[in-house]
Amino acid sequence: MTNPNHLASLQNVTFKRGERGILNNMSLSIARGKITAIMGPSGCGKTTLLKLLTLQLQPNTGSVNIFGEDASYYASNEKLLALRQRIGILFQSGALFSGLSAFDNVAFPLRQHTKLSERMIRELVLIKLHMVGLRGARDLMPNELSGGMNRRVALARTIALDPELILYDEPFAGQDPISMGVLKDLIEKLNSALGVTSIIVSHDIAETTEIADELYVIASGDIIGAGETQQVKQMDNPLLKQFFNGQADGPIAFHFPAPSYAHDMGLNT
Amino acid sequence: MQSVIKVGRSSIASVQALGRLACLFAQSLLQKPTNLKQEFSLITAQLYSVGVLSLLIIALSGLFIGMVLALQGYTVLSRFGATEALGQLVSLSLIRELGPVVAALLFAGRAGSALTAEVGFMKATEQLSALEMMAVNPLTYIIRPRLIAGMIAMPILALIFNMVAIYSAWYVCVALLHVDSGSFWANMQNAVDFRLDVINGLIKSLCFGVVVTLIALYQGYESIPTTEGIGRATTNSVVLSSISVLGLDFLLTAFMFGT
Repeated sequence: MTNPNHLASLQNVTFKRGERGILNNMSLSIARGKITAIMGPSGCGKTTLLKLLTLQLQPNTGSVNIFGEDASYYASNEKLLALRQRIGILFQSGALFSGLSAFDNVAFPLRQHTKLSERMIRELVLIKLHMVGLRGARDLMPNELSGGMNRRVALARTIALDPELILYDEPFAGQDPISMGVLKDLIEKLNSALGVTSIIVSHDIAETTEIADELYVIASGDIIGAGETQQVKQMDNPLLKQFFNGQADGPIAFHFPAPSYAHDMGLNT
Repeated sequence: MQSVIKVGRSSIASVQALGRLACLFAQSLLQKPTNLKQEFSLITAQLYSVGVLSLLIIALSGLFIGMVLALQGYTVLSRFGATEALGQLVSLSLIRELGPVVAALLFAGRAGSALTAEVGFMKATEQLSALEMMAVNPLTYIIRPRLIAGMIAMPILALIFNMVAIYSAWYVCVALLHVDSGSFWANMQNAVDFRLDVINGLIKSLCFGVVVTLIALYQGYESIPTTEGIGRATTNSVVLSSISVLGLDFLLTAFMFGT
């Protein structure tokens, strides 16, 4: 029985790449209409988690539930396509189509999935581009945009179809302080004004915890902290403390497993 | 024992790759188009990209190959006093073999490599994933228009190659080597059979177009999404396409012209 307050959830999900375990028996749920942040050090499985939630990947064991239905419900191509029209995803790289201008990139989902007139599409695209502050850059090609602008156009494209669930993959990475502030405000506004459910996958602690209602912290494939953001930040857990304080030494290994330094330097006799 | 295991593994990998190639071909072509207007505009854009932009290299190569063929043919035929047969030699060599094969090899180098790099780059920059997440099938939006454009462009490019090569050969024969223009064209007209030579040549080009474009798109689609991975996929695309064209040419020639 699914909880109506939860828009998506993972139950006892395990995911492996070859022999390497990425997620170990993980369970989490995404509250409807809230901003949920999933944080953790690089390579801890955050992006994998996003791909599981959007059914781009299948778990080895466990179940994924989204919009009240089990993943198996979306097995047919038609249902999967219908599901994806309800989800917007902001990729880490922006993933703008290199052959289309900023305007055409934002217009793309509208042209593919609606029968709106070109005039209406133009108005909608300009509204979305204005929201991210790039109405004036509508004719620029992706290679003429800076990294930050690229991400903002991608966000305008993500929200073009007014999705119910938006997933942000590292939205703050590589942004200047102004763009970061604009993005932060935008995510908050989309969430509060439109009732959108948002999932932010990030390791930018300050920006993410400022806007997230709920927080999951992952390390080495396990959840090490879950709950309301402020509660999690105050938890007395050495793993969490190391992560929030950005310390190299602690229970989360900074170094990839290796023989001893002395051995590698040839100092052992 | 290890070498036997290696051979087994690479054989299985090759068969799996062939299976995926066939799936890519079937899945991209067999799905029903939902928006014919969009489909048409995507194919037109790709025709420009793979066809029109390959014209210069095809025409220039045709020019020089026709000239060389005329010179070499003249050197041999003049020993037997049969220089009037140059038209026949040039036209049959070009229409049956050189035209389709050389145009396909050039197409693999120019358009095939560009297709692999483009699709590989799209994969590396998550554009293909973005399409999937926007409920748009990359196989019908990205792969199909390129595949159809390749199938249309290849025979046309081979025809242009043949035409330029024949005229350049004629120029060398008549203007430089003083072969009689009338016998050049008359011999060509007598020797070339429209169905047996021209149509078979076009069928060859069509087959090469499918093979080269499909291999190029498959290599890009399956490439490892890194700079090195795309580079390797592009090299593989040209090498595999070229070998496949030459191998397939032997089979088609045996089937079409073998007694």
